[in-house]
Amino acid sequence: MIRIAIFGFGAVGQGVAEILAEKKDEIERMIGKFRVVAVTDSRGSVFDENGVKLTEVLNLKQKGSLPEGLTTLDIIEKMDFDVAIEATPTNIEHGEPGLTHIKKCLEKGTHVVTSNKGPLVVAYNELSELAEKKGVKLMFEATVGGAMPLIKLVKNNLAGNEIFSIKGILNGTCNYILSRMEMEKLPYNQILAEAQELKIAEADPTYDVEGIDSAAKLVILANALLGMNVRFEDVEITGITSITPEAFEVAMERDYTIRLIAEVNKITGTLKVSPRLVPLHHPLAVTGTLNAILIQTDLAGEVVVMGRGAGKKETASAIVSDLIEIFRCR
Amino acid sequence: MAIVSISVELKDQPGQLLKVLEPISRYGGNIISILHQRDKMTPLKRIPVEISLQIDEQRIPDLINAIKKNGVIVKGYNEVRLIATTSVMLVGHIIHTDLSDTINQIDSTGFAEVVDMHISMPQLNHPSTAMVTISATGKDELRKALNLLNEICKKKDILVIEPLNEEFV
Repeated sequence: MIRIAIFGFGAVGQGVAEILAEKKDEIERMIGKFRVVAVTDSRGSVFDENGVKLTEVLNLKQKGSLPEGLTTLDIIEKMDFDVAIEATPTNIEHGEPGLTHIKKCLEKGTHVVTSNKGPLVVAYNELSELAEKKGVKLMFEATVGGAMPLIKLVKNNLAGNEIFSIKGILNGTCNYILSRMEMEKLPYNQILAEAQELKIAEADPTYDVEGIDSAAKLVILANALLGMNVRFEDVEITGITSITPEAFEVAMERDYTIRLIAEVNKITGTLKVSPRLVPLHHPLAVTGTLNAILIQTDLAGEVVVMGRGAGKKETASAIVSDLIEIFRCR
Repeated sequence: MAIVSISVELKDQPGQLLKVLEPISRYGGNIISILHQRDKMTPLKRIPVEISLQIDEQRIPDLINAIKKNGVIVKGYNEVRLIATTSVMLVGHIIHTDLSDTINQIDSTGFAEVVDMHISMPQLNHPSTAMVTISATGKDELRKALNLLNEICKKKDILVIEPLNEEFV
């Protein structure tokens, strides 16, 4: 019996709970019996060693916070479980509270699946060494590119390849704004307002439009997939706020468009997020909130992936796939 | 790969040109043109010949030495042309931040120059957009020129939008 604990019960945590409830039979056919023994949010928790009823916990959450009682740290200390799903809010400066959650779980020999970028941006190499030392897995497909296969694609399907560079679109909000500017030739502020109305951009869009989110994801890719040891401060970041509709017009006269591209290249030492001229027919010239990535390898040549980079179901999909990867019956 | 023009003086005898062609072939050069300037024969009755070829930049010194060893007078060869080109976009107050200074700084590197520029100015006091084409003597030099342009534009608060592909044509 696999015992699962879910830490963080916002959109992603709830999305995972929904999938685990809806697809219980299919998942159990792949990994064997499982039960969720604890669910926590920032205020409280629901826990039962014999398994909580996910539909009831989801209903409870609909009405407000989970009941006060044990905190996430209490649960980690007092309860036994095999895997923690860490989906608390991201902080890329200090990584907390997720960083402590992940460290403590790994230390006690529990696998961790996370969608939380912060802890990995701050301490990927440390966490990955800790997991290895303890003989457990640290899985993080959901941190970069949402449902788009990337981490496991490189680690499993491209195993044996050396990765020279990864470049592409890692932020759906910026891509939505830029592809709408390309189409409508309207100023940035107007398209931003539209994106905010559609809930594609947040009320304070800084984190997305200044390239911070893309840079955080780039740091994870550089460290986890290219074997580098870089920090967030090492990324050269330029956002999209000063791009004008005229820039698109001039670019399109030469069959280019403009996209916010995150690029890491081991050979040239490039580590930057910046708006770039992308040929209109290039596979990275995707529109809407899509993400797309081009991976350059020594054996497989160039590989392109595209997919949905955010969203409740999409991010939860990545978490569930990590969970299955850990426990898949061999 | 670089394009080099080599100027030599050859005696007016059969087999002289081979002394130049043989090393070029040996070092993997690809000849683009050979120009015999019979009308410009020197007082010592030598014929100036201009050979343009494409060759790996690093092999140029060896090639020149090999030609000299064959007893040919090499008058000069340093006309390496600009072979790496890219276009970058600038967005911001390009004109008001001294456009000619921006261009001059690139041109004065000696290895790169601004060869084309297309500017779009929507309104007075609004940010303008320029598509700037820079050529350099090689890929590394072009990268250096782009880095310099990035530095200049950072100081002048101009957004630089580089092309996605590093493959400069």
